[in-house]
Amino acid sequence: MKKIVSLLLAVLLCSLMFSGCGTDPSKVIRVYNASEYIGEGVIEQFEKETGYKVIYSEFASNEDMYTKIKTTSYDVLIPSDYMIDKLVREELVQPLDFNNIPNYQFVNETFKSPYYDPDNKYSVPYMWSTVGILYDSTKVKEEVTDMSVMWNKDYSGKIFMLDSVRDSIGMTLKKLGYSVNTTNDDELNEAKKELLTQRELILGYVTDEVKDKIISGEGSLGLVYSGEAGKAMAEKDTLKYAIPENGTIYCVDAMVIPANSQNKTGAEAFINYMHKPEIAAQNALETFYGITNVRGLELLPDAIKNNKGLYPDATILEKSEMLKSEGNINQKYLEIWNQITAAN
Amino acid sequence: MNRRWYSAPYLVWSLIFIVVPMLMVAFYGLTVVGEDGSFIFSLENIKRFFTPLYLGVLGRSALYAAISTVICIILGYPAALILSSKDLKHKSVMMFLIVIPMWMNLLLRTYSWLSLLENEGLINQFLRFIGILGSEEYIQFLYGEGAVIFGMVYNFLPFMILPIYSVMSKMDYSIINAAEDLGANKFNVFRKVIFPLSIPGISSGITMVFIPAITTFAISSILSGNNVNLLGNVIEKQFGIGGDWNFGSTMSLVLMIFILISMFVMPDSEKESQGGLII
Amino acid sequence: MKKLQKLYLYLILVFLYAPIIIMIIYSFNESKYRVWTKFSFKWYIELFQDGQIMSALSNTLLVAVIASVLSTIFGTIAAIGINSLKKWRKSAVMNITMLPVLNPDIVTGIALMLLFFMAKLPTGRLTLILAHMSFCIPYVILSVLPKLKQADNRTYEAALDLGATPALATWKVTLPEIMPGVITGFLMAFTLSIDDFIISYFTTGPGVENLSILIYNAAKKGVSPSINALSALLFAVIMLLLIVINVRTHRASEKA
Repeated sequence: MKKIVSLLLAVLLCSLMFSGCGTDPSKVIRVYNASEYIGEGVIEQFEKETGYKVIYSEFASNEDMYTKIKTTSYDVLIPSDYMIDKLVREELVQPLDFNNIPNYQFVNETFKSPYYDPDNKYSVPYMWSTVGILYDSTKVKEEVTDMSVMWNKDYSGKIFMLDSVRDSIGMTLKKLGYSVNTTNDDELNEAKKELLTQRELILGYVTDEVKDKIISGEGSLGLVYSGEAGKAMAEKDTLKYAIPENGTIYCVDAMVIPANSQNKTGAEAFINYMHKPEIAAQNALETFYGITNVRGLELLPDAIKNNKGLYPDATILEKSEMLKSEGNINQKYLEIWNQITAAN
Repeated sequence: MNRRWYSAPYLVWSLIFIVVPMLMVAFYGLTVVGEDGSFIFSLENIKRFFTPLYLGVLGRSALYAAISTVICIILGYPAALILSSKDLKHKSVMMFLIVIPMWMNLLLRTYSWLSLLENEGLINQFLRFIGILGSEEYIQFLYGEGAVIFGMVYNFLPFMILPIYSVMSKMDYSIINAAEDLGANKFNVFRKVIFPLSIPGISSGITMVFIPAITTFAISSILSGNNVNLLGNVIEKQFGIGGDWNFGSTMSLVLMIFILISMFVMPDSEKESQGGLII
Repeated sequence: MKKLQKLYLYLILVFLYAPIIIMIIYSFNESKYRVWTKFSFKWYIELFQDGQIMSALSNTLLVAVIASVLSTIFGTIAAIGINSLKKWRKSAVMNITMLPVLNPDIVTGIALMLLFFMAKLPTGRLTLILAHMSFCIPYVILSVLPKLKQADNRTYEAALDLGATPALATWKVTLPEIMPGVITGFLMAFTLSIDDFIISYFTTGPGVENLSILIYNAAKKGVSPSINALSALLFAVIMLLLIVINVRTHRASEKA
């Protein structure tokens, strides 16, 4: 028995010491992406075609990523707009050499020169999404055009809000006709009151489980991100996704290279590869998030690219906003969120 | 060599892995970030915590953790007693059977409870099937404090059973026999002999259930649909979206001091003789 | 009375195993969601093609085994030392020991991450093991100490009087007495290590994930049922091992 144990320990220790080494460091790139946010086999294809070895890790939230990159170096990050803004301001990312990213020409002009990177120096858009209402059309008979349905007493006990401070408060502000980034106390108070009255009607604040809950009939409608709505609709055809007509929150996730990257050339090769039209199309098709590549968009099936929920008209996008997180706006919103959800 | 030196390596270890992180929490908790990014000593965040909102959250977390600890004792003590009884066969197997569920991931197990307990979940469907509920009716098990306490009991019960069992399993049966020989009835043997001997196990169990329960956020988040927010949830969001490590640390600091105090006042007849605040 | 006692234990087991049985059933569900569609082995097939899950599995087991074994050894020795300390020193050490248990995981995780960064220790499996040990050791100490208090110090002293060195006496006399505590300590350490995600997340390095990190990261978008399938398989293996070991010890004791 003792021999077996010591043998096992020896084997374990050896495997601990000698793993993950032995590859030429200039051929290794470390990619840090949100979870379930890339097509299956895309990395392997990239490795095969370019000879790079990808060390791929995932994060659960932009904030988790932000904390982590302070002590660990990566080569490509794929965070959201407001987080890139923060990374640029804190000089944690470096300018890209677009000569190494020829596929940038395929990137949709709509997503170029965003507020977080007005001169297109640091980032290449990856995918984009909206916040909207996923509902079961057999239970919600009316046509959903705005956020007021989330306060409709007929659906009391069947409504789910998002467990996301900025998105849930932001969509309420939008409903009231205010900016999703307001710091005006009166407007925020009004939104708080709305959300407090809504507490009676909703079953809960959830993120991941909302798809399951609406597919199973536990809830009839809920606030979700477009990609998640896409997955749910693919599972059950009575489900629909609507974006409020007076605009919504939209989010662009983009690829950046951190300042302490150890392989900038490799990172640029990876970014370029993600905008090969067929790769971009595969990523969008499998994750249901919005494609930022015009050539890739043409490759998507009609059912997807003509879906007004996933690819809304330009007029709705014009009325929509991206989240910003300058100063202590997030703390301010969180304080309000605590007053809504933690005070009872 | 005196055995007291056995604790020396551990003291060095705890200095690095326990005291240093703690000092960091205290440092963040008692400072705020100034305009230029420097840290300024301040009790501002402490004041911010001592408002009805956050005190209420702390009180609620403590209450739910205490209730689930009591339920764990009520459910776990008899189980440990039965497990340690002389004539139970396959004791070690039973002990493993109690631990193994905990080796499955906590989130996965908690999601599985959703499948059972949801309004459209298996239990409600079963009740409809056998006719206790009408076709549109359901019993709402989730989305409230009951579900949170349920989840805590489920997840931490083994942490109550194991220490009690381990203390009772090597109990000196000659004492019990002696007591019985001297004419004590079963109840008195339990009250005067077995129970006092099992107290160290109970206090270990209380610590191991109460503390994870008061700091949890995954259980409350999933089973109550974030309707019930405990201090763990609030701290987690402060470190996450709020990005305010200072206030997050302040809350952790207050929580720690609170736990230390509540452990101190915890009735424990053996405290004096055993030394140590908690054991 | 005996039957009632057994029934009670079975009820506790049903309570503990109910969600696991549900998880196993749903691992055979064709749909990715918690709605039953039809029976399928799809997720088991996908599981073995998923390199990410497989490497996370090996990391989880590697880290859990090493961290819990080391924690048990280290924690037991420490507990013996702590137990022979005098009153106030003992209190002081015990209170320090409790701190990581009290600290919210996220605080411990970030603090350890900064600590490894300052020590210039590259994050990876090694830091992951150190971090796990830091929260496992207190639980081992907590499990072993009550047994030490219960242990009869006179037998240890008798061994010393009979010429045993303190180390030998501890090994031959004290250790067997406190063994149940050591075993529960090990079980708890292993359990905590397998289940931890927040501390792991902050103390691991690029490309080194354990199953809990994988599940936690995916939780916002829905965990792949392949992970349910994996858990079901692990569960089956553990149960099988338990039965085999039990039957063998049973036979051994019958022969004797």
